[in-house]
Amino acid sequence: MKKLPIVPYLKPLLLATLLSASSAVQAQEPVRIAFMDPLSGAFASIGTSGLKQIQFAADYLFNSKGGILGGRMIEIVPLDNQQSPTETQIQFRRAVSDNLQIIVQGNSSAVANALNSAVTRHNRRNPGQEILQINYSAVDPILTEENCSFWHFRFDAHAVMKLNVLTDYIAENQDLKSVYIIGQDYSFGQVVSDTSIRLLNEKRPDIEIVGNEFHPIGQVKDFTPYVTKIVSSGADAVITGNFGADMVSLARSIIDNGLDIPIYTFYAAYDGITATLGADGKNKIRLIHNETSNPIPTEERKAFIRAFKAANPNNDVTQPRIINALSMIVAAMEETQSTDPYDIATALEDMRFTTLSGEEIWMRGEDHQIFQSLHISVHTDEGVEFDADNSGFGLFSEFHVPAEETIVPVNCSMDRPRR
Amino acid sequence: MLDVFIFATLNGLVTGLLLFMLASGLTLIFSMMGVLNFAHASFYMLGAYFAYSISLYFGFWTGLIFAPLIVGVLGAFVERYGLRRVHQAGHVAELVFTFGLAFLIEEAVQFFWGPGTKNYQQPELLDFPLFTLFGQEFPAYRGFMIGISITIFIGLYYLLTRSRIGIIIQAAITHPKTVANLGHNVPLIFMGVFGVGTALAGVAGVIAGPVLTTFPGMAVVLGSIVFVIVVIGGLGSLAGAFIASLLIGLLQSYAIASDVGVPDLLNLLGLEFARDHPLTDLWTMTLPQIAPILPFLLLVLVLIFRPTGLLGKREQ
Repeated sequence: MKKLPIVPYLKPLLLATLLSASSAVQAQEPVRIAFMDPLSGAFASIGTSGLKQIQFAADYLFNSKGGILGGRMIEIVPLDNQQSPTETQIQFRRAVSDNLQIIVQGNSSAVANALNSAVTRHNRRNPGQEILQINYSAVDPILTEENCSFWHFRFDAHAVMKLNVLTDYIAENQDLKSVYIIGQDYSFGQVVSDTSIRLLNEKRPDIEIVGNEFHPIGQVKDFTPYVTKIVSSGADAVITGNFGADMVSLARSIIDNGLDIPIYTFYAAYDGITATLGADGKNKIRLIHNETSNPIPTEERKAFIRAFKAANPNNDVTQPRIINALSMIVAAMEETQSTDPYDIATALEDMRFTTLSGEEIWMRGEDHQIFQSLHISVHTDEGVEFDADNSGFGLFSEFHVPAEETIVPVNCSMDRPRR
Repeated sequence: MLDVFIFATLNGLVTGLLLFMLASGLTLIFSMMGVLNFAHASFYMLGAYFAYSISLYFGFWTGLIFAPLIVGVLGAFVERYGLRRVHQAGHVAELVFTFGLAFLIEEAVQFFWGPGTKNYQQPELLDFPLFTLFGQEFPAYRGFMIGISITIFIGLYYLLTRSRIGIIIQAAITHPKTVANLGHNVPLIFMGVFGVGTALAGVAGVIAGPVLTTFPGMAVVLGSIVFVIVVIGGLGSLAGAFIASLLIGLLQSYAIASDVGVPDLLNLLGLEFARDHPLTDLWTMTLPQIAPILPFLLLVLVLIFRPTGLLGKREQ
């Protein structure tokens, strides 16, 4: 058998093309970010809406402008944890084996706590292959206090910070003489209850706590029996940290049973909730949140919302903090020219960043807690340029607290890895 | 205190009767075909969603009539072209089939209607308080729910015990072969019962949707409790299901209304534990806190002490 003379030259040539191809792939390789939240099951509406927002933010702010780190695209990898701590562990293993080093997660503090301990354990055992937890919405203070970790960053004000503002607002209302607290029976619900009672006792000792109720999360079919208790307690207002279906059902029961008192909440808007409450909830429901609602302060953010609505007509920009979180991760990557979690974490510490709303927000280095202005908004159809659920109703911000006034003392001693 | 008791009773009645509408269909289907329909609560959810879509164009009342019909026809189709084929492979296959169907329906609902809560409202006609007692309003819509449920219960009872069809159905439950030999089309009866059973679940969905909110998780929330009722009442017993439904509805309602808990028990016993005791969650637990899981506790107790359920006859 005679070999063709070209063959000896072919081999290195082939190798060279292969090599150059692979280095081209290297340059184009996307920056992959995991988004772990409930994408199926009872809480899917919040998770899928969050996923659409982070995907849109990645495309609109970065990918459409040529990507980040000199041309790399951001790829959001959805991981469905069904909002269960058990499933979270499984999805976390998946993230590890898929080499995903940044996990964005928000829903449920129980899940965030589970993820936090999984991440901490993994990072201790696998130096050099660390994973970064980006928490955009789980507000149990423990995550930046007793259980604070170098690998965890929170982009939402925690429950105590929010309740500080909320109780200030409640304390201003001199007609209020009694409050009923009801919440889901898990870490966040307990924090809301304990903190509300403590702060109201400090600020307005004359306000009586006429009820302090817990119910299993996602198990209650009908809230009317609870509302019956609220009515007979004679409460002037209700405070609740409920979210998802538990929030809608509770608010609807209160309204349907003719109880005309203010309801102070954390999560009573968007993803069908605003539409379901509709005209019946007008001026009754108030939310405490970061990132002001209507009127939207800047043209930049208005343009973002319009573009998002054009792409997702049935969804809203419900959690601008997801955009802030993504933007700040990218800023940290650009600053260090690296996608290594350690480098990102170091750059995020004490980063000051100007959001689409034109506000400078600060990621405190000692405990990785974000500080930005907080707002209380009312469910209404007046002055609402950007509504929710296409219902004509939306949030109007009526009480603002600047970032400096929301700062709480550091209560975290962190183990810092050395490099 | 009296007002809480009266309203707790009324609330328990509403929940109990609603649960019965689901449990009655489930238990009828079970007694005929010997198969637990895991997808039963999914038909309840379909009822709510169909009614929601219909109500957008034709109003609530049209939805109340047509949504259960659509669900019933759908149920009959599932029996005719799904269950009947799977039936030859035995009960386990049927069980798995309905189990899968439940997931399928949930995903389909999310696909067509989206994962968010739907703005399904009660009719304006019933948007007024029926009566006010001790400063508490009782919404007319809840009265309407009680009315519909009781009407259906009475209608079902008469249909099953007094009418010719009812007698054939009852006979087909216990002696299907004899009924077939007498010239009745037993498979058709099965299909009819399945259709009516799912339609009843559909009615429950239509009237519960506005009150308990219409969202893709509504089947899961109610589904487990319906099985508890059917088992507590005794598999296949309509009267048992009725008693168990009311029992669970009232039990939950009273438990929520009550304000007692372990702290009271400890006070009674003169015991006290520090707040940082490792079992502090146990010492501070109250009855309202665990109310929604009481039915499952009851289920365990019933299974231990009376495995056939309250009125169950099956003993194998």
